[in-house]
Amino acid sequence: MNQPSATTATLPQGSGFGATMRKDNWWIGPIGIAALLLSFLIYSTWAAFQGAYYWVPGTNYLSPFYSPEIWGHSPHAFILGQPGFWQSWMPPFSAALLILGLPAGFRLTCYYYRKAYYRSIWLDPVACAVGEPRKSYWGENALPLILWNVHRYFLYAAIVFVFLLGYDGIIAHMFPVNADGTSFTNVQYLATGAENPAFDKTKPVEAHHHVFGMSLVSLVLILNPLLLAGYTFGCHSLRHIVGGRKDCFAGGSGCGTDLHFKAWSFVSFLNRNHATWAMLSLVVVGLADVLVRLVAMGKISDFRFF
Amino acid sequence: MSTAVGDAAPHQRTFKVWRGDKTGGKMVDYTAEITPGMVVLDAIHQIQATQASDLACRWNCKAGKCGSCSAEINGKPRLMCLTRMEALPEGDVTVQPMKAFPNIRDLVTDVSWNYTVNKKITKFTPANPGTRFVAEDGTFRMQQRDVERTQEMRKCIECFLCQDTCHVIRDHEKHEVFSGPRFFARAASLEMHPVDVADREPFLKNEGGIGFCNITKCCTEVCPEHITITDNAIIPLKERIADRYYDPVTMLWRWVTGADKKDG
Amino acid sequence: MEIQTFEHDVLVIGAGGAGMRAAIEAADAGCSVGLVCKSLLGKAHTVMAEGGIAASLGNVDDRDGWKVHFADTMRGGQYVNNWRMAELHAKEAPTRVRELEQWGAVFDRTKDGKILQRNFGGHRYPRLAHVGDRTGLEIIRTLQDHSVHKSQIAVYMECCITKLIKDGERVVGAFGYYREKGRFVLFKAKSVIIATGGLGRAFEVTSNSWEYTGDGYSLAYNAGAELLDMEFIQFHPTGMVWPPSVRGILVTEGVRGEGGVLRNKDGKRFMFDDIPENYRNQTAKDPEEGWRYTQGDKTAMRPPELLTRDHVARCINREVKAGRGSPHGGVFLDIAWIKERVPNAREHIKKKLPSMYHQFMELGGLDITTTAMEVGPTTHYTMGGVRVDGDTQMSCVPGLFAAGEAGAGLHGANRLGGNSLSDLLVFGKRAGEHAAKYAKEQKHGWIDEAEVKASMEWALHFMDAPKGDENPYKVQQDLQKMMQAQVGIVRKEDEMRTALEEITKLKARAVAVQAPANREYNPGWHTCMDLSNLLIVSEALTKCAIERKESRGAQFREDYQEKSKEFGNCNMIIKKGIDGQMQLRREPVTPLTDELKAIIDEQAK
Repeated sequence: MNQPSATTATLPQGSGFGATMRKDNWWIGPIGIAALLLSFLIYSTWAAFQGAYYWVPGTNYLSPFYSPEIWGHSPHAFILGQPGFWQSWMPPFSAALLILGLPAGFRLTCYYYRKAYYRSIWLDPVACAVGEPRKSYWGENALPLILWNVHRYFLYAAIVFVFLLGYDGIIAHMFPVNADGTSFTNVQYLATGAENPAFDKTKPVEAHHHVFGMSLVSLVLILNPLLLAGYTFGCHSLRHIVGGRKDCFAGGSGCGTDLHFKAWSFVSFLNRNHATWAMLSLVVVGLADVLVRLVAMGKISDFRFF
Repeated sequence: MSTAVGDAAPHQRTFKVWRGDKTGGKMVDYTAEITPGMVVLDAIHQIQATQASDLACRWNCKAGKCGSCSAEINGKPRLMCLTRMEALPEGDVTVQPMKAFPNIRDLVTDVSWNYTVNKKITKFTPANPGTRFVAEDGTFRMQQRDVERTQEMRKCIECFLCQDTCHVIRDHEKHEVFSGPRFFARAASLEMHPVDVADREPFLKNEGGIGFCNITKCCTEVCPEHITITDNAIIPLKERIADRYYDPVTMLWRWVTGADKKDG
Repeated sequence: MEIQTFEHDVLVIGAGGAGMRAAIEAADAGCSVGLVCKSLLGKAHTVMAEGGIAASLGNVDDRDGWKVHFADTMRGGQYVNNWRMAELHAKEAPTRVRELEQWGAVFDRTKDGKILQRNFGGHRYPRLAHVGDRTGLEIIRTLQDHSVHKSQIAVYMECCITKLIKDGERVVGAFGYYREKGRFVLFKAKSVIIATGGLGRAFEVTSNSWEYTGDGYSLAYNAGAELLDMEFIQFHPTGMVWPPSVRGILVTEGVRGEGGVLRNKDGKRFMFDDIPENYRNQTAKDPEEGWRYTQGDKTAMRPPELLTRDHVARCINREVKAGRGSPHGGVFLDIAWIKERVPNAREHIKKKLPSMYHQFMELGGLDITTTAMEVGPTTHYTMGGVRVDGDTQMSCVPGLFAAGEAGAGLHGANRLGGNSLSDLLVFGKRAGEHAAKYAKEQKHGWIDEAEVKASMEWALHFMDAPKGDENPYKVQQDLQKMMQAQVGIVRKEDEMRTALEEITKLKARAVAVQAPANREYNPGWHTCMDLSNLLIVSEALTKCAIERKESRGAQFREDYQEKSKEFGNCNMIIKKGIDGQMQLRREPVTPLTDELKAIIDEQAK
């Protein structure tokens, strides 16, 4: 077998970190992606620990970081209050901490994000035909990265999230009102998580009815699940599951059916721009939390159209 | 997207070309006269014909169909015959041999490793006549939509630019344990062939080392045939291997149903 | 100086379609095979074949059969073909194509899942099995991947043969060098197959790669074999003409097969102006009928753009000479117009002609789905070549076989598109089979050490002791320019006489070429050695072209514009005389059997 030995040292391309003969601005891409990923990571971690200002009394706005709210203080919570197992030594309770691992895991193990952070953060490789900082390499052939093969399980969770957030997006357009049409605000807790001093048990604790409305925030909250759907339904694992694993689509034993083919074609169509869907959905989910938070804090209005 | 070639006046450009072999060498400056529509390979030929008749470079078809003239132009792995001078920025043009393979001389590298790897991939193994897709007379009956994935991978012209740019080979020199994108594409074309019955998944996972690929897509970026190697060959294969070796549910299912062979 | 020596039963020179198919066949017959290629394995010029492989599978039109294919081939070749080869070719091509599928080739499919076939110039029914427009690549890769698993085949890449070695009358070996290191190599073999392709590099505008320097013809000629009908050089009507650096690169006939039309600068479809009498009843009456034909309407006749290549090339030449050409000296080939007829034409064109779309986009910056291409004739194929026995592919030199473009006879005066890929497989297989059979009957011959030493010294003298300081590239370019001008598409006796004189002068210059003293991968040195091959084939083809005083198929004589009965019945034979001079003689064409004659008459109705 003709096995090339390490003979590249004499070539002018060089081998150290950043060594390249490329003349274009190859570093712009990785820096941009790294900036975006890191700023999202920092913001989302901070936001997840807040446990406050993730919903807006008088509306059905709920930050996507906090949905589904299993325990919590907003009217969206399945169980009001915080779970009994939450220990005092733990950080202050935040509903996001219970669920955020699933979408985060989906993105962490996503084939596109893997490319993005291997390149821009781990620098392996930082760009094509550019030297790397480390010589040793195991890739996804050994622990820990071999675990990324579980991506499909995060996908199953992500599909559930698409529908949950879709529901949130729809009800964000339904504004709770009292019988006289004024905004319904008689809730037990404030957006801060503290008890509402104005809470009046004698008055109705549920909205009399809901009116349809639209605001900048509600639009972002419906845009978010749409982009998330575009991202989730273009997943490489889904592409495999719905048909890619088949070698044929002629029906019968061993083959996929016409339905498999159509599903595979649809996922393939979304998959072609998986990176764009991934990044757009990332930006918008962050934006949704920012907007809800600012409105809840009273810093901005929700730009209600009607 | 490139623009149509006009009738611009000829002008001079400087080329810095690697002259040497694996024991050493240097970048040498040459000047070539550039006429409209000229590609880098034309300039190299001009230098050969007028200034350095022993300048070594491989080429054959000069139309991007044979994959011989692979090199690194301004640091990027490309085919010299498909790199138009108009598409390169102002200034000197550097032309170097591929880095991932031993240099023989000047722009020519020893790509024999690729041929060795190719031999390890189980060849096309059709199902028997009288089975699904194979008529009694041995001719195949396959739908166009069932062969398109295989056909995409078969567009490969074996320029080995994907192998050259792949950091697993280029920087980490895992030649012994990693087949590289070219051969994942070949394996995918066979694994997705409706009539093929051979099983290459154990090879891909073990000797082929597909796990070393961290899907950073440089192979897809450099492919002159625009084959979507990462998304349409490597990731689908990784998913098939996950089914077989990493997913407890599908592994259990295979065990229960006795389907230890691949689908289809 | 050390010379590496290898022994094989069968040595195959050339690893294109014919060479690889021959090697596979000989290996399957139990022979040890040496497969020598001038480039890397899988880079052979076969990859450039685009349109498809002709075989009367009858998958798209069941009226097709070997008889129709045979008659089409003979008519295309203007009846100077070796009829036995045409018969075997038509009969065996379908089996060879099905065999490729068994080996992993993935052709485009019909609706019922069979191999899809498309229309092509000169073929009566849709006959070309294809894979988009990269059929040649598919064939090369299939044969390559099939052969790499055969342990009996040893591949010698980037190795060039400069001389065949004989023991008495018999060929017993070959001498050459490795391009990579410049080391010399001697192959001992019981039989040798030449599958080196053609000689396009003798011309300035060509679709052929650098390898096409007529090596096989020259090796065979020097070994005493006969060359047949060397004047028949096919000029493909549609090569790229702009930009200059890509001049000559092929634009597949498939563009016309999919509905592409030729127009002059006035926008006129000039091909309707000149339809030869013997094709008139098979040609569309109007553009509408032509369009229907390209879309698979079995009642329609083919558009005139799909007439034989020689005719289309001459029509283009005429338009350009009459000043009705495109800005860069060609004519317009327009496929974009089909948007008037086909919904989503852009995607349709990209799907049907992916390599063409790609080629024009990358090399010309032109989008063929919106803009017409500029095309003109380009030197494409050598119908002539080593004269071989139709059944066995053996030349008149025992143990020396030839197949593919290097062999001759199948195509007569002009080749139909798609018949070359089937030629490679049918006769590659036959050459392999019979070379193996021959090898099994023989022992290795005696190699004359002095002859080997002389060959080596000849090779080295260009660097060590040059007889002058000529630049080999310059001599080659001058030869190409001269041949293009004097022995090109339109030929005249006085111009070709001048060409012969020029060749004599160039021969003298070729003796005096020199290369820098560097054995490793030195293309200058290699060119020095290729030159002698180019000069031999240029002389042979010019002599044949002068002798054939008529216009037939690919040969068009301005001074003899009609076909002649006299020459219609003869082949030109070139042989090296005892004095070392090139000798030319005419030989009558072997008459057809009555049975085959009846088939031709039947099909002509």
